[in-house]
Amino acid sequence: MKVTRLALALVLCAALPCLAQTLRIGLAEDPDVLDPTLARTFVGRIVFAALCDKLFDLDENLKVVPQLATGYEWSPDYKALTIKIRPDVTFHDGEKLDAAAVKFNLERHKTMQGSNRRGELAPVASVDVLDPATVRLTLSAPFAPLLAILTDRAGMMVSPKAAQAAGEKFSLKPVCSGPFQFVERVAQGHIVFERFANYWNKGAIHFDKVIYQPITDSTALLAALKTGQFDLIERMAPSDVPALKGDTRFRVAKIVEIGYQGITFNIGKSERAQKNPAGKDPRVREAFELSLDRDAIVQVAMSGEALAGNQWVAPTNSWYAKSVPIPKRDLARAKALLKEAGVPNASFTLMTPTTPDAQRVAQVVQAMAREAGFEVKIQSTEFTTTLNMADKGDFEAFVLAWSGRPDPDGNLFSHLACKQPLNYSGNCRADMDDLINKSRSTVDAAARLKLFEQIAAMEAKDRPIVYLYHRHWLWGYTGKLSGLRMIPDGLMRVQNLRMN
Amino acid sequence: MGDYLIKRLAAIVPTLFFVSVMIFGLQQLLPGDPAVALAGEDNDPNVVAYLRGKFHLDDPFPVRYWYWLDGVFHGDLGDSVRIQKPVTALILEKLPVTIELAVLAMTIALVIGISAGVVSAVLKDTKWDYAANIFALWGLSTPNFWLGILLILLFAVKLGWLPASGYVSPFEDLKANLAAMIMPAFVLGNAIAAVLMRHTRSAMLQVLSSDYVRTARAKGLDERVVVLRHALRNALVPIVTLGALQFGELLGGAVLTEQVFSIPGFGKLIVDAVFNRDYSVVQGVVLFTATAYITLNLLADIAYFLVNPRMRG
Repeated sequence: MKVTRLALALVLCAALPCLAQTLRIGLAEDPDVLDPTLARTFVGRIVFAALCDKLFDLDENLKVVPQLATGYEWSPDYKALTIKIRPDVTFHDGEKLDAAAVKFNLERHKTMQGSNRRGELAPVASVDVLDPATVRLTLSAPFAPLLAILTDRAGMMVSPKAAQAAGEKFSLKPVCSGPFQFVERVAQGHIVFERFANYWNKGAIHFDKVIYQPITDSTALLAALKTGQFDLIERMAPSDVPALKGDTRFRVAKIVEIGYQGITFNIGKSERAQKNPAGKDPRVREAFELSLDRDAIVQVAMSGEALAGNQWVAPTNSWYAKSVPIPKRDLARAKALLKEAGVPNASFTLMTPTTPDAQRVAQVVQAMAREAGFEVKIQSTEFTTTLNMADKGDFEAFVLAWSGRPDPDGNLFSHLACKQPLNYSGNCRADMDDLINKSRSTVDAAARLKLFEQIAAMEAKDRPIVYLYHRHWLWGYTGKLSGLRMIPDGLMRVQNLRMN
Repeated sequence: MGDYLIKRLAAIVPTLFFVSVMIFGLQQLLPGDPAVALAGEDNDPNVVAYLRGKFHLDDPFPVRYWYWLDGVFHGDLGDSVRIQKPVTALILEKLPVTIELAVLAMTIALVIGISAGVVSAVLKDTKWDYAANIFALWGLSTPNFWLGILLILLFAVKLGWLPASGYVSPFEDLKANLAAMIMPAFVLGNAIAAVLMRHTRSAMLQVLSSDYVRTARAKGLDERVVVLRHALRNALVPIVTLGALQFGELLGGAVLTEQVFSIPGFGKLIVDAVFNRDYSVVQGVVLFTATAYITLNLLADIAYFLVNPRMRG
């Protein structure tokens, strides 16, 4: 009898979409443009993870693994990268993904007006199709971060036919080769994808539909998970973790981010650098750092949901320079340094975005630094305005979060090398630039780590940025969901996710 | 009538022109370079330069305004830079949501506000009057976002009766649509109901003490008929005017309520656009809501004109 029932159930399942399931994901923000070439937000990358496969991906240890590629080979001088393309991949519009499509995409990233990928792929001088399944990237100089860059939007492939036909409007109906294809988007409402039947790795997909919905209020986002409206939410507020941990129906997953949170000092970005003690005297910045207890900051400002750090990568990252450890709080030394600098009550303004995290950090830092004699004035400023003021050098110190890139170069070069766009501190040292440039062209991991150690030592002496901590990416999800992989880039891979 | 209508229609053009100059000018006062905001966290100088050129950000104010106005005359409100969608399409996408929310909120406000106001006036100085006044005080002093969160925690998380947030089109699933809209509509309606209740109460008290009401009662009319047919009808004139103004405001979007309940209406659209310096969207939505507001006012004036013979003189 039981066997008959089971057989009947199986027959019905085959006939009806009884396994049809929808994965509902709550986002903390509304994504921007859905075109990997133009996209510029972290939340957009989360959505792309289901829509657009990349040449390479990352594993849990940030190791680069093939995705649309099947393998790669560097030339002996590391000035050419040959990539083998997976042969059985089609785009959502039925077009074949081959070496010509890869060439089209990389050139689109490099030449399209308004492309945010141009800088990332700047060292790629040319792309040649060797055969339908092989492409060669010729570089102007060896460039170690290239593979990691191809694990992000620069490695995402869109259908050349669809991209050419749609032009600038491609993002309204993006066509990629990921596990799900675009159905509809209502701005600030929802984004709907449905399963792509010809996905090359279809065995790993166990949902028929994915719906993303942004809810910017963290309490409402959590409530939507608890009421079953969502199966999974990203970037929960740290203060919401205990509420979910006490409920057996839900799980919380976390991993240390690849980005950082820190305080950037204006040490040479504008004239204001020389008009305040923290900008002009490294001893004052050292005193400031010594006045801080990073673990306490993490506990108070982030409810313990972060990892204290002092470099552009977290202490758990394989590129962390262990020779430059986190300095311990030392108020006596901090006071002595301020006295030595002639400013026992050094004062500076800390520009702080109005986000709750940043505000809390600024307040805790203000209280700690006060004990050493500092007078930190918090200047709460709307986020977009902070970026503009930082760009102009119209600040003394700035609480800044960076979402991070898989290769440490993405957290370093643009932030600390001379005249780079994210170098808000105005840090510019020829010797440091030399080391940073060497770290970019050194492919050997051990040699590269040695260079990072030297850069970290220099940075820790000058302190253009006082790194504070690395947040935990916090995801809340129903206990019925399994197969969730925590990758430090914070993006949700939908492969192998299933509802039990 | 014809002259009056022509005069009123002619006044719309300079009003809208003034509104458009104001909104365009005020946006220029916002701190922060829109190109830097739109370039995203990478702050790529090439992208910043491209965006400056594309949106004429380096041109003087009148030139930029002219580019925009030229687009408007050609029926093009521009594209959202953030999501690259035409502003007209975004407005059409949000309009039904905003109208539905406004209509539901207004219905709730009218039902609660007028009933509470009438009860409070008729039963003056009784426990019902005090209760209605306390309700009004609560409605006026409760922040929308706080009430919204409390309702979510009670009806969605604790009781599980309603969804916590989100929007479903009524054409897709009417029941789910109403379930999603009832809480935000109540939050918005609650605040307006309080205002309406206070105005209804005072108007009713005034009318109830007038001579014709005393005469109606002296004639032996049923109290219900006196209150509802004779008194309320006359007391409603200021209430309808106030209601129309509140409705106009609701059509402009309810920022905090939409945010808490994740309702994709005008409020959320415009706030996100301001924070992202997505100027085309801000300009387009403001122009649209201003036009809608002015049109509603015009319709109300025409209605007065038709109803009140003294205005025709």
